[in-house]
Amino acid sequence: MADVDQKALLQFLLRLGDNTLVLGHRVSEWCGHSPVLEEDIALANTALDLIGQTQLWLGLAAEVEGKGGDADSLAFLRDAWDFRCVLLVELPNGDFGQTLMRQFLFDAWQSIMLGRLIKSSDARVAAIAEKASKEVAYHVERSAGTVVGLGDGTPESHDRMQAALDYLYPYVGEMFLSDDTDAAMVAAGIAPDPASLRDEYDALVSRVMDEATLAVPEGAYTHKGGRTGYMHTEHLGHILTSMQWLQRAYPGAEW
Amino acid sequence: MTRPGVKQVWEWLDAVPDPEIPVISLVDLGIIRGVEWQGDTLTVTVTPTYSGCPATSVINLDIETALRAHGIEKLELKRQLSPAWTTDWLSGKGRAALEEYGIAPPTPAGGPTRCPQCKGSNLEKLSQFGSTPCKAQWRCRDCLEPFEYFKCI
Repeated sequence: MADVDQKALLQFLLRLGDNTLVLGHRVSEWCGHSPVLEEDIALANTALDLIGQTQLWLGLAAEVEGKGGDADSLAFLRDAWDFRCVLLVELPNGDFGQTLMRQFLFDAWQSIMLGRLIKSSDARVAAIAEKASKEVAYHVERSAGTVVGLGDGTPESHDRMQAALDYLYPYVGEMFLSDDTDAAMVAAGIAPDPASLRDEYDALVSRVMDEATLAVPEGAYTHKGGRTGYMHTEHLGHILTSMQWLQRAYPGAEW
Repeated sequence: MTRPGVKQVWEWLDAVPDPEIPVISLVDLGIIRGVEWQGDTLTVTVTPTYSGCPATSVINLDIETALRAHGIEKLELKRQLSPAWTTDWLSGKGRAALEEYGIAPPTPAGGPTRCPQCKGSNLEKLSQFGSTPCKAQWRCRDCLEPFEYFKCI
């Protein structure tokens, strides 16, 4: 444990925390705009869980970084190029179906990843994963159910869900890419190689898409650059201008 | 003052209501994981229900306020994530109070067993989520009343 590269650990934690932060913010944009009240509440609750998980991941990241920051300073005072989320979570909400399709594609990955992280050699990582996995089990049950309900729904809802899947699927592969940071985590027993999660993920996704009467697109091309920070989508900067506005305009504001 | 016993502190905490569901106490909810004296400092270990639950900070404030009112001067609140909170830790007293209040208590089957209003068993799920992170929305087809169900996790 002691010889874990702390820079790699920080990168790893930022990836986890930035995924839940950016997706949590995205989902919260639905507050007050959902098609029905129950879905509004469900989306707000999902966003809340994701932001709660962000506090834990980024809280630990700040501790590892050791510069006296905290989860808030990492969330609100970094610029786009310092974020390490995958591109999938930055994408616009689109319609309700597209939002739930994105949610399912992410939930499926997160539920598998957290299941592995519960066995992490780092007790702090394991504890957060144990906590979050209970919430995510609930998320994936709902997002999978909604994808099936809308996919195997009316011709209109089916077509929209197929279009959402076609649009989002080329962003899925980034969640399974590996680099030196991942290799360091594997070596230290902190986390699995993301690539090793792919088979289980594909099985889950194809089972749900079959039930939803949707076709998983062919082709292995994947957009990438988010989790390495090489290049984010143009959407991330727009998210940050809204999410970080208050702390930028009134530094240190609290309530 | 003389140092109050741990049992006494648990009783005080059992009188602190949950801020969202005031018919049950924080002890009933199962989130107080430990009370102990470390020297002259009282340490209370608390686990969150849901990681993003906004009630968590209010709960910590309520614990501190209650214990300070009982004369505790040196107090430390510790957050413990593992083992993760489970609804198995809800007390029997708490479960009964929830149902009396109109919230169906959690069951391992994953849904309520009966309507908290009319006790009917002809139930349907309206939404997996409810007014707080810990609840889902259900409806009784017998009396047609919607009600909340305390999610089992």
